Amino acid sequence: MSNEENCFQGIVAQAQTAGAEVGPVRDQLVLDLYRQTQEIARQVVKRQGKKEDFDHKIDDFVTSKYFGYPLMLTLLSLILWLTVSGANYPSQLLSNLLFGFGSHLTAFCQWLKAPDWLHGILVLGLYRCMAWVISVMLPPMAIFFPLFTFLEELGYLPRVAFNLDRGFKRAGAHGKQVLTMCMGFGCNAAGVTACRIIESPRERLIATLTNNFVPCNGRFPTLIAMAAIFLSALVGTANNLLTTGLVVGVVVFGILVTLLISRLLSQTLLKGVPSTFTLELPPYRWPKMGTLLIRSVLDRTLFVLVRAVVVAAPAGMIIWILANVYIGEVSIIGHLGGFLQGFGYLLGLDGYIILAFLLGLPANEIVIPILIMSYLSEGVMVEPSSIEDLHRLLVANGWTWLTALNMMLFSLLHFPCATTLLTIRKETQSLKWTVLAALIPTGVAILVCFLVAQLARACGLV
Amino acid sequence: MNCQHVGTLKVLSKLNQDKSDAVIALAGNPNTGKSTVFNGLTGLKQHTGNWPGKTVVLAKGNYRYRNKIITLVDLPGTYSLLANSADEQVARDFICFGNPEATIVVVDATCLERNLNLVLQVIEITPRAILCVNLIDEAKRKGIVIDFPKLEALLGIPVVPTAARDKVGLAALKESLHQVVFEHKQLQPLSIRYQERIEVAVATIQREIEPFLRGKINSRWVALRLLDGDTTLITEILNYISGTGPDSWEQGSNELKAVKCYE
Repeated sequence: MSNEENCFQGIVAQAQTAGAEVGPVRDQLVLDLYRQTQEIARQVVKRQGKKEDFDHKIDDFVTSKYFGYPLMLTLLSLILWLTVSGANYPSQLLSNLLFGFGSHLTAFCQWLKAPDWLHGILVLGLYRCMAWVISVMLPPMAIFFPLFTFLEELGYLPRVAFNLDRGFKRAGAHGKQVLTMCMGFGCNAAGVTACRIIESPRERLIATLTNNFVPCNGRFPTLIAMAAIFLSALVGTANNLLTTGLVVGVVVFGILVTLLISRLLSQTLLKGVPSTFTLELPPYRWPKMGTLLIRSVLDRTLFVLVRAVVVAAPAGMIIWILANVYIGEVSIIGHLGGFLQGFGYLLGLDGYIILAFLLGLPANEIVIPILIMSYLSEGVMVEPSSIEDLHRLLVANGWTWLTALNMMLFSLLHFPCATTLLTIRKETQSLKWTVLAALIPTGVAILVCFLVAQLARACGLV
Repeated sequence: MNCQHVGTLKVLSKLNQDKSDAVIALAGNPNTGKSTVFNGLTGLKQHTGNWPGKTVVLAKGNYRYRNKIITLVDLPGTYSLLANSADEQVARDFICFGNPEATIVVVDATCLERNLNLVLQVIEITPRAILCVNLIDEAKRKGIVIDFPKLEALLGIPVVPTAARDKVGLAALKESLHQVVFEHKQLQPLSIRYQERIEVAVATIQREIEPFLRGKINSRWVALRLLDGDTTLITEILNYISGTGPDSWEQGSNELKAVKCYE
């Protein structure tokens, strides 16, 4: 019996060698299969009249060789442009409102004769951090999520997956990974959960480990603010169009990094060939606007916002304490920042930025508020009334265009937030992959920032 | 409803206990009205159960036609049988190792071309297949005309147009099935031709693998899968050809998890 089994295994091995010699067998088999079904259908199926399928015509355009990519880029730019230019005014309004209420709270505390530290922790720490997160995050999300849901309901996203499938296949990954990345634009934790749609465990892991390279909503405000600061530092002005262009560039860079890392993973840790799959392109449907708004605002915008606020509240308190408790002449945050200064400088950043990213582990949204708080000697957040104010504050702390650029890159590439890591732990059931999911992006972020910083300095650009 | 380890053959022996005269597999793409066909044929006489070790639900049901009891097994809806997913693997394994007397493939008349991929893959495994072209009412509305006699001639298997929602064509489907299973109507299904270098390689492997399969499984299909490097199939084949009964199957499949037993 075992003899027969050995013989059988011999044939199997032989077949595998033969298969390797023939080339990509699966592709060839599927191609020949499709050729024959096409031929049969051509002979058997007739369409009466000239009622050519309308969806087909749109798809020929949307997924065409020449228009597919430009269209995707245009739509992405359009969404981001609407988000960037539409969010400015309501952001300012909200921040005036919330910070205005903050000064009432201060007055109230004084009236109560509350001790300074209590007022500091509650109003200057907790409240202001929450106020910042809400005013900076809510308007862009309230614009971005409905627009994104619109494309989703319209049926455009499967076409995106179709367009990018070739690239992902070449990277040894699954075409459906694109869909998980689309979810990642909203929230990386949601993106990681979405990886369940990929059947093959190998390709699911690749998608899980690289989902973080898509900037989520918590990071978009950071990217947009940094893009504006980068542009005003480099060319003097920052209009919405240029800012959008730069953010789109960063997103595209993130996609390229995703492809590169997917390829590296599929050649090293997660060896294998991509599996074929059938992606059904659903018919286009004009979304029902009412349901769309309700769904995107309630299910997504508010959900993400509440999560961010819940994290921001305690974080604001802790940061205030760190910034106001002094050891010797310097606050704790100052000590930590100083300790990380050398490492930060190597990456074209500084110690406080690294610290802000580390302390921002619970949620990416609070990285900038932490940074602002640590820059201010009193350890209190100023009202972020405009990008110009922020710019002045940062320049006063030694920022150049390189700092802004590398801050964008680091934000795009660094370790996922705690929620995402917990989701990865839950989905992979493995500590090893969770650790790798944090280490791989961080390694990439350090490497890229280091190279950019050294290059810029070597060329004397800074 | 006691839980125990079960394998394919156990499932089958369980199926046969129903004094069934023939077990028929029902395959098809998702959203083709496959379940409507299934319900239309079996009425309410059906049960669902898990495929051993997988969380894929299979439904089975009976109907009587010309004094024969037919058991239908509704396979998960799939686009292909290339074992990309648990669903596809279960569908493939049942068609290949489940020894159904025949396989009905349900396709959507409004997108025949895409659905035919699965049909060609099924007839690559088994010659005893019947094509059920469903949703012909919808195709008619969309102005799609299908030349059924020509399709039958090209594929080499019986083709039955149906509109299962309105029970149109189900009687013809039962009759066609009866002829294939009980009157041993000879079928000459179309065989997919591949590129020369693949055909050459397949011919070699087929020659060597033939004695191992003892005529139980289509050797050309196995050769194609081996060339394709499909490892999911290898253990299944080894179990299948060495298996003499449910007991030996059970030994060879100790990786199977405890699942709800059939019924």
